[in-house]
Amino acid sequence: MNLHEYQARDILRQRGIPVPPGEVATTPDQVRAIATRFGDRVVVKAQVHAGGRGKAGGVKLAATPAEAAEHASKILGMTIKGLTVRHVLVTPAADIASESYLGIIVDRAAQRPVVMVSAAGGIDIEEVAARTPERIHRLAVDPRYGLLGHQALGLALTLYRDIAQARAAADIMQRLYAACYAIGASLIEINPLVTTRDGAVTALDAKIVIDDNELERHPEIAALRDSGAEAPSEVAARAAGLTFIKLDGTVGCCVNGAGLAMATMDLVKYYGGQPADFLDIGGRSNPQKVVSALKIITADPSVRAILFNIFGGITRCDDVANGIVQATREFRLTVPLVIRLTGTNEELAVKILTQAGFSALTDMDEAVKQSVAQAAA
Amino acid sequence: MSIFIDQQTRLVVQGITGRDGSFHARQMIAYGTTVVAGVTPGKGGQRFDDTVPVFDTVAEAVRETQANTAVIYVPAAVAASAIFEAADAGIPLIVCITEGIPVLDMTRVLPFVHERGARLIGPNCPGLISPGRSKVGIIPGNICRPGRVGVVSRSGTLTYEIIHQLSTQGWGQSTCIGIGGDPLIGTNFIQCLSGFQADAETDAIVMIGEIGGTDEQQAAEFVQQTVTKPVVGFIAGQTAPPGRRMGHAGAIISGSSGTAAEKMAAFARAGIAVMKRPADVVPLLRERM
Repeated sequence: MNLHEYQARDILRQRGIPVPPGEVATTPDQVRAIATRFGDRVVVKAQVHAGGRGKAGGVKLAATPAEAAEHASKILGMTIKGLTVRHVLVTPAADIASESYLGIIVDRAAQRPVVMVSAAGGIDIEEVAARTPERIHRLAVDPRYGLLGHQALGLALTLYRDIAQARAAADIMQRLYAACYAIGASLIEINPLVTTRDGAVTALDAKIVIDDNELERHPEIAALRDSGAEAPSEVAARAAGLTFIKLDGTVGCCVNGAGLAMATMDLVKYYGGQPADFLDIGGRSNPQKVVSALKIITADPSVRAILFNIFGGITRCDDVANGIVQATREFRLTVPLVIRLTGTNEELAVKILTQAGFSALTDMDEAVKQSVAQAAA
Repeated sequence: MSIFIDQQTRLVVQGITGRDGSFHARQMIAYGTTVVAGVTPGKGGQRFDDTVPVFDTVAEAVRETQANTAVIYVPAAVAASAIFEAADAGIPLIVCITEGIPVLDMTRVLPFVHERGARLIGPNCPGLISPGRSKVGIIPGNICRPGRVGVVSRSGTLTYEIIHQLSTQGWGQSTCIGIGGDPLIGTNFIQCLSGFQADAETDAIVMIGEIGGTDEQQAAEFVQQTVTKPVVGFIAGQTAPPGRRMGHAGAIISGSSGTAAEKMAAFARAGIAVMKRPADVVPLLRERM
C-alpha cells in the first residue's frame, strides 16, 4: 500500500525526523489560508500515488497566497498517470543548500534491508544509479543488530563533510531504519534529504510503501489507505479478495495463481491478442469470488471476450463453474466466454457448465486461441 | 533417487488440525508420505484421524517420533514463529506453504534458519513432490508421474500446468519443487539446480521463473558454469506492464534486470532452451535430449 507524501511526512515527524512544516488542503481557498499563515513563498504539491509529479505540472512554487490558490485550482482535479489529484500539500519554500538521497528497501539478493545514500539527490536519482552507480553508497544491514551508529555515520560522511551535519544525517538514518520495522514498510525514501542555508538537515519529501502483509497487525497504518486515490476496479477487486490490474487489451482474463495468470496473458499475446487485465482469483475458491471477478471484468467496455483459465489444485473447478453459472443468472453476459478448466473436480465442473449451456475446454492453448479469435470477431 | 525428500522422510505437519492442514495432511497420507506427527498448541495428546499423534510443540514431536521434515500450514500471522520453532527443534528440512508472511519477518527468519543448518523451502510455495515416493505440500499428486525430469519453479498453478504437459506426454518427474513467489525465500533456483545436477536419477531440468528480482539471471550463470544436464526454461510475465514500481529504490536495486526479456536473454546466453509458452516444454526437452 502506498502512502501519500503528507502521510509519510507525519510518520517521519512522529519518529523524530526533522520535516519542514506543511498542511494538506482540498480546495484553493484552504490553500490561500494556509499560504497566508506561512506568510512567505510556498510550494503547492499534488498528492497522488505516482512518480514524476513535478514533470507533470503537479508541483508549483507560489510567491503570494493568491498565486498559491491559483496553482491549487489547476492542480486539484488534474490527472497524473491516470490518477485524479484530490489533495495538495502546502509547504513553505525551503532555502536549499544541498540535496541528497536516502532510501531503505529489502534487497532480495542480500535478503536484508539495504540502506542507500547518494550526495546526488533530487529527481534524477535513477539516472545517477544507471550512469554513475559509484555515486550511490549501499549498506546491507544485519537485522539482528539494526543499523549501528558507526555504520550510519560512515554513510552520512559520504554525504556531508561537516561533522554536525553528518551526525544529524546518521541520526535520521537510524530513525528511518527503526521506522521500517515499526510500521512494516517495504520501502522508505527521503528524496531529497536537504541541508538548508542555516545548516539544518531535513527531509523535504518522503515516500513510504507498506508491505500489504503487514496491514493486519498495523491497523493505524491500514487506516491511512486512501481508496479515492486508487482505480475503482482495483478497490472492488481488493474487497472481493482478488488481485486485479487493468490493462489496455480486449481479452478479459480470469485465472487462478499469479504465475499462471501471467503465462495466460503472455499466451494471449502469443496468439495475436491483447489481455484486458491481470486477474488472479487466488488459491482458495468460492463461487462468490468468481461472480465478483466477472462483474469487474465485464465493467470494462473494451473487453470483447472473456477467458477463464483454471488449473484446479486448492481451487476447485466445480466452485468456479458454479460461480460462472451464478453470475450469468445475476446479470447478462454480452461478450463471449471461453472456459478452460482442468484439475480438482474437473468432471463435476464440466457437468455443471454443460447443463447451463456452456462448453468447457481442457487445453490451455486451444482456449486462448478461441478467446483471441472471439475478441477479434 | 530424488532431491530433498524420499521414503526416509518422516513428516510433522504444523497446523494439522486447521482447515488447510487437515485437508492436505490427508492428501499427503493418501499419497504415501510418512506423516509421523502433527502440531497444534493446546491439542497435544489427541490423535488426528485416530492415527497421527498431535503434540503441543515441534520439539516434543521430534523427541517422540524422530520427525525429520516439517510442513507448515498455519495462518500468516503465526507462520514466521512456526518456522523459528521448527528450526529450533532441529528439523533439517522445513517447508512453509503459508502465504502472506511480511517480508521484514523473513529478514529475521532466514539467518536463524541458516545458523541452525536447516533448509527452508518457501514460504508461499506449493512444496515438493517426488512422484511415487513422497509428497510434502500441496502439489496435486494425480498430475505427476514418476520419471527423470527435475522441475523447479517460483509459481504454483503454472508449475501444475507444466507438470501436466510433461506427464500427459510421457515425461515423468524425479522431483518437482515450488520454491515460492515471495521476495525472500529459503531455497533458491541454484540450490535446486545443484541438487538435480548431483541426482543420478535426474536427466533433464525444467526451470520456471517469473518477472522481478535477479534470481533467474544468477541461476543462468550457474547453469552455464556447472550444470551439464539439459535445462529448459520459462519466464512468466512477458506482457506484464512495467508499472507498479517501488519508488526509486526498487529501480536502483534492480535496474531493468527484473524484466522477462532480460531474464530470457540471460537463459539463452547460458545455453538454456527458452520456452515461449508452456506447451513448448516437451518439444524442447525432446530436442535437447
